[in-house]
Amino acid sequence: MAMKWLALVAVVFTGALLIYGVSDFPDWGSADSPANGGIEGAGRSVSQTFIQETKPLTHVPNMVTAVLADYRGYDTMFETVVVFAAGMAIFAVLRVLKTVDGQHSRVIRDRSVDGDHQRIIVGTTCKILIPVIQMFALYVVAHGHHSPGGGFQGGVILGASFILLGLSDGMETAMERLSEGKFVAMAAIGVLIYAGIGLLSQFVGRDFLDYGALQPLLGTPDEGWARSHAMLGVEVGVTFTVTAIMFAIYVNLASKGELKGGL
Amino acid sequence: MVENFNIIILVLLVVTAVISLQVKDLLSASMIFGIYSFLICLLWAEMGAVDVAFTEAAVGAGVSAVFLIATVFNTKRKSSD
Amino acid sequence: MVDFIEIFVERVVHFIENVVQPHFNYWSYVVLMMIGLWGLIAKRNLIKKLIGLSIFQTAIILFYVSLGVKADATIPVFDYEAEKSKSAAVVLPAEPSEMGGKSDGKYKKIDPDHYANPLPHVLMLTAIVVGVATLGVALAVAQSIFKDFGTLEEHEILEKIKTGDYVKHD
Repeated sequence: MAMKWLALVAVVFTGALLIYGVSDFPDWGSADSPANGGIEGAGRSVSQTFIQETKPLTHVPNMVTAVLADYRGYDTMFETVVVFAAGMAIFAVLRVLKTVDGQHSRVIRDRSVDGDHQRIIVGTTCKILIPVIQMFALYVVAHGHHSPGGGFQGGVILGASFILLGLSDGMETAMERLSEGKFVAMAAIGVLIYAGIGLLSQFVGRDFLDYGALQPLLGTPDEGWARSHAMLGVEVGVTFTVTAIMFAIYVNLASKGELKGGL
Repeated sequence: MVENFNIIILVLLVVTAVISLQVKDLLSASMIFGIYSFLICLLWAEMGAVDVAFTEAAVGAGVSAVFLIATVFNTKRKSSD
Repeated sequence: MVDFIEIFVERVVHFIENVVQPHFNYWSYVVLMMIGLWGLIAKRNLIKKLIGLSIFQTAIILFYVSLGVKADATIPVFDYEAEKSKSAAVVLPAEPSEMGGKSDGKYKKIDPDHYANPLPHVLMLTAIVVGVATLGVALAVAQSIFKDFGTLEEHEILEKIKTGDYVKHD
């Protein structure tokens, strides 16, 4: 109990210090703040360069996608690796390879119409909804250049559609569609696609992840379109990894690493 | 108008954050945390960060709530504080 | 007396307009962050601690994104209509051969203040997805703690470590 009050005092003290510090910040929404407008005398902010140059240089109207996949390609690649590593860490922590008979495995419920009446409405609704969700996820990935969206969002939505299948129709059904071997391979392939596109531009003779070098391979009219197409490839790689890892985390958490039974 | 919208959401955020930490039923805490994520997603959409709002709508309100519920399902639902 | 009240009201309005309004958002982020930190320290249930950690994280992401807000700006997606109608001097990237992957002076005419700052969005977008993956790892660790100790309460776990009443792995 004393711990609670001590924590409260510490938190209030820290909060007061931070609020005091915040009073020196530029006004909220100001376009002249150092982050938005650069520092007077020291040059402009890098974000202004991004806003002005992404469209002419990469033909991608959505600046967030262009900066994510091209200008900060290294960053995004290693974020993808972090997601992959998190999935592998879940396997290391939770996955049970040998189950003691009868002790852990739950009774598999009868999922037929006669067995479980409550599942009919949920199951049928999800059966209709899941293909729509998956189509939308693919649209989000493919249309990330022109509207909000991209590999991370599309990957999460695609993974969520498989999670929904596992929730509504049982983990066994979901695992039939995307088995353990498949999603581990998928996660690795995603990272490999990303790094592969980077290496390809290195083999052509330019820097790692310098997509402009792929222009002769892709046969585009200029380097900007090559960068645009390579960005789509990179986003597809991100989608693979994120989809697989989201589903992997769900199946391990829901079944205590046994990959059967589940919620 | 937009400023009022901001203030309403920020107040609701503080309220949901406190409730999700104070409620003793962990399943309710997970659900209220989902509501918190959705409110934050609204705030980001209003700030013009559409990509971030999209990600948070998919991740915070959808997937992370499912992860929390899966863990609560496999452990204990009651919390001592 | 009336003068005093008038001066007082004037000062309060001045304070609200010049101090509260530009900083109210930042203050809320600090409050949210402190709620998360308090949950992380004071709550004894491990799931509650993780929820507190997530609140802490979202408060920081909120702060970061709000640095890129411009009051009169639109979303960071290139706005064809607005750029076309602005002036004929702005050359739109229409002809592929014109670009050649090089930027010359004329594209500098795109007004950066018209679009929100995309850089914080990029950084935080990846942070959210990585955040949920690490939350998954933390929940997995919590589950395996529950497997060995049979509880998720911090004080009970410490008690059981003292008495040696838990499943030991060789």
